[in-house]
Amino acid sequence: MAFSSDAVVHHPASLCFRPSLPRNRWNALLTVVVAVFSSIAVLPLVLVLGYVLFKGGSLISAELLTELPPPPGLDGGGIGNAILGTTIVTLVASLIAIPVGVGGGVYLAEYSRSGWFAQFVRFGTNVLSGVPSIICGVFIYGLIVSTRFFFGQSYSAMAGGVALSVLMLPTVIKTTDEALKLVPRELRLGAMGLGASQFVTITRITLPTAFTPIATGVVLGIARAAGETAPLIFTALFSPFWPEGLFNPIATMSVLIFNFAIMPYEAQNALAWAASFVLVLMILLANLFARWVARFTRV
Amino acid sequence: MTSTLTATQTCLSLEDVSIRYWNTEAVRGVHLAVPRHKVTAFIGPSGCGKSTVLRSLNRMNDLIEGCTLSGRVVFDGQDLYAKTVDPVEVRRRIGMVFQKPNPFPKTIYDNIAFGARINGYTGDMDELVERSLRKAALWDETKDKLSESGYALSGGQQQRLCIARTIAIDPEVILMDEPCSALDPISTLKIEEMIHELKNSYTIVIVTHNMQQAVRVSDMTGFFNVNTFSDRDAKVGCLEEFADTQTIFNSPQQKATQDYVSGRFG
Amino acid sequence: MVPMAAGARPELFTQRRRPLWELLIDRGFQKLVVLLASVVGLVLVGILFTVLGGSTEAIGRFGLGFLTTSNWDPIAEQYGAFTAIYGTVVSSLLALLIAVPLGVGTAIFLTENIIPLPIRQVLGVMVELLAAIPSVVLGLWAIFVMEPFLRPFLELLHTSLGWMPFFSTVPMGPGMAPAILILVVTVLPIITAISRDSLQQVPTELRQAAYGIGTTRWEAILQVILPAAVSGITGGVMLALGRAMGETMAVTMIIGNSNNFTLSLLAPGNTIASMLANQFGEADGFQVSALMYAALVLMLLTLVVNVLAQWIVRRLSLKYA
Ligand SMILES: Nc1ncnc2c1ncn2[C@@H]1O[C@H](COP(=O)(O)OP(=O)(O)OP(=O)(O)O)[C@@H](O)[C@H]1O
Ligand SMILES: [Mg+2]
Repeated sequence: MAFSSDAVVHHPASLCFRPSLPRNRWNALLTVVVAVFSSIAVLPLVLVLGYVLFKGGSLISAELLTELPPPPGLDGGGIGNAILGTTIVTLVASLIAIPVGVGGGVYLAEYSRSGWFAQFVRFGTNVLSGVPSIICGVFIYGLIVSTRFFFGQSYSAMAGGVALSVLMLPTVIKTTDEALKLVPRELRLGAMGLGASQFVTITRITLPTAFTPIATGVVLGIARAAGETAPLIFTALFSPFWPEGLFNPIATMSVLIFNFAIMPYEAQNALAWAASFVLVLMILLANLFARWVARFTRV
Repeated sequence: MTSTLTATQTCLSLEDVSIRYWNTEAVRGVHLAVPRHKVTAFIGPSGCGKSTVLRSLNRMNDLIEGCTLSGRVVFDGQDLYAKTVDPVEVRRRIGMVFQKPNPFPKTIYDNIAFGARINGYTGDMDELVERSLRKAALWDETKDKLSESGYALSGGQQQRLCIARTIAIDPEVILMDEPCSALDPISTLKIEEMIHELKNSYTIVIVTHNMQQAVRVSDMTGFFNVNTFSDRDAKVGCLEEFADTQTIFNSPQQKATQDYVSGRFG
Repeated sequence: MVPMAAGARPELFTQRRRPLWELLIDRGFQKLVVLLASVVGLVLVGILFTVLGGSTEAIGRFGLGFLTTSNWDPIAEQYGAFTAIYGTVVSSLLALLIAVPLGVGTAIFLTENIIPLPIRQVLGVMVELLAAIPSVVLGLWAIFVMEPFLRPFLELLHTSLGWMPFFSTVPMGPGMAPAILILVVTVLPIITAISRDSLQQVPTELRQAAYGIGTTRWEAILQVILPAAVSGITGGVMLALGRAMGETMAVTMIIGNSNNFTLSLLAPGNTIASMLANQFGEADGFQVSALMYAALVLMLLTLVVNVLAQWIVRRLSLKYA
């Protein structure tokens, strides 16, 4: 060993790669380490997806998608009400969060100057995006559920939708703000130089130009909200029945998974897997859709 | 002064205009009268405030945070910076063409129709598009692809499209900030020819770094320079001399102007 | 000709003089977006007041003792959140301890061209998709797949290292250890994504400079590229810490929800978030106030971590600008 290292010092002419050099050994070792780490990192996705597709997918049938869940302990039934409920609650959340969030993003990107209000909104958006989702649930519980805000109703689809919208809001604001910032300033100046008001510039030039990235971000935000559980468990609660309007408790897939997973009945556990399948499929499709939309950047 | 100034009407006049960005004064004490239906060129070294003054003529500076103006800019007998004046209306009558071509992400047709529509144009839109493109010497190149994106054009064509889009709103004044600096000589020539045509119906103010261009296209020339005033350390832009283009380039009154136009500057 | 054109102008361009309705729309739109932007502030203030208001009763009764005692007894109306606070902090920190090397390593693997680009892109998309899996689904998977699979290993840990307080109980199912592992799964995509962005933003010149003086790949990574990306990576780690502390569903489903304090990671435990998820729906009266107090603690913890994250990013990015 001592001899060979001497040889290296005295005969540096050879440019051949020598794997035995310490630095090359380290190099190889660290490369193997990160390769292993990466495999570990993708392993959960593969396993979770595999199990959900395998255990949930095998249960999918027309009845499953259209029937009500069975009473505890009984077999059969489906998750029709939860599928409908998730759609309703997510829709309510989107109808609130998208206009408010896009408006807030437009304010940040187009109107805000360096005053305290703009900084406050920016900081507030960051803080809000870090607020744990369960706290959103607690907030809406205190604000809407316990005060019986909607026509004396406590738990309701509406309360769940509002809770989800609180969660979506910072995502939509940031998405809009960042997308609008990518629009070249010259375009705005060009419109203003023709005598366009700021309203016309924003609605006819800037927002349409930034439509694709905003749409991508919003679709991803909706997909995330659809899978959220924590803000719903004590706002929308759950219901074994079909949705009874916006002001009554409503079943959602995510709460169904939670409730049924911890029940000691096989039939319920199976429905939890089936609901996971539907939910994951919806979310994956939304993700693929968003990636696909993102390719169409407007010229 | 020559007879041209007295013989024609003044379109825009600046009276003791100073402009600052936050606390830094960018230009100070500009007095200037832009004659109607003439081409006025602004020349001067980089950073002397040509663009700043140009933008102040249609209140584009309002869009820059921290930019404030003192003095008066009078257009049509009105102070453009009076409280009651709507900057949007100002820009409908004083259009602007920018240094970098900036077509909208729309079709060529819509690029031109956009401005006309927001100005409430009631006439025949197809006819207006054709007329504007013809005036901008772009009709022959684009008549077959009006529904293609404005980005499908070359840089020079894009700039002419931007000029066409400004012509389409039929403003009284067109401001151009170095409109040819990103273009090749042939496109530049086309635009210069166009400016010659346009001055029959419009008042044009153009900023240029190209002195031959100023000589070729303009009737009046303003030379801006950076000076150090006794009360400030920083350099402040000011209007050194404003006169007939012939006078500025052949027999300027100021030494600085003489040095600059003969290339002995700096 | 010219005067005629000038005379024709007002007829054709009917809105050369801006009509009042247009002015009103313009002003109204501006007011509207300011109003919409202030919703963020209203929501934040609302959250603070709701949680603070709801917890005043419990704060008045227990004071700071709430943070250091660990008996949670709804019947005797005695509440102390130490177990949950301890569980929140310990589970997130241990999860980060595992997730940071994994995430940063993966990010390096995905940015330095060790393997061909198409494979890297696929791996990158997979990590991003992992972030899209709802945490309740991860919880379901943890209950039925991960925990049963893990139990023999945890038992082995107990039999061989049971003398240490951390492994002193027999693993019986749900517990702290599986909760920590599922937390790793939830924060891994965040750390990987942010580290990857930070590494990609390291200027190419810097890499070339390093390789140009004859460093090996890993000398360049460890001594030049990682230090240049450290602000972003640290920010990402702090964000992940905030996320881990607030993570609710997956943890709730697998942690066991026990308020008995124990050092053992193999025993059931609790976090503030899982305690809220489990008890809030059925709680009434004074218990709600105690839970609100716990929610306040969680909010402050995550707030501190998030503000610290932004501060660190600013401090470090100044240093390495
Ligand atoms: N948005 C701005 N914020 C702050 N200062 C500015 C801004 N725009 C211009 N300035 C300053 O005002 C001064 C004049 O700038 P201006 O752009 O008007 O010069 P210019 O004569 O057009 O130069 P150039 O020939 O390079 O275009 C410069 O010192 C510049 O730094
Ligand atoms: Mg300029």
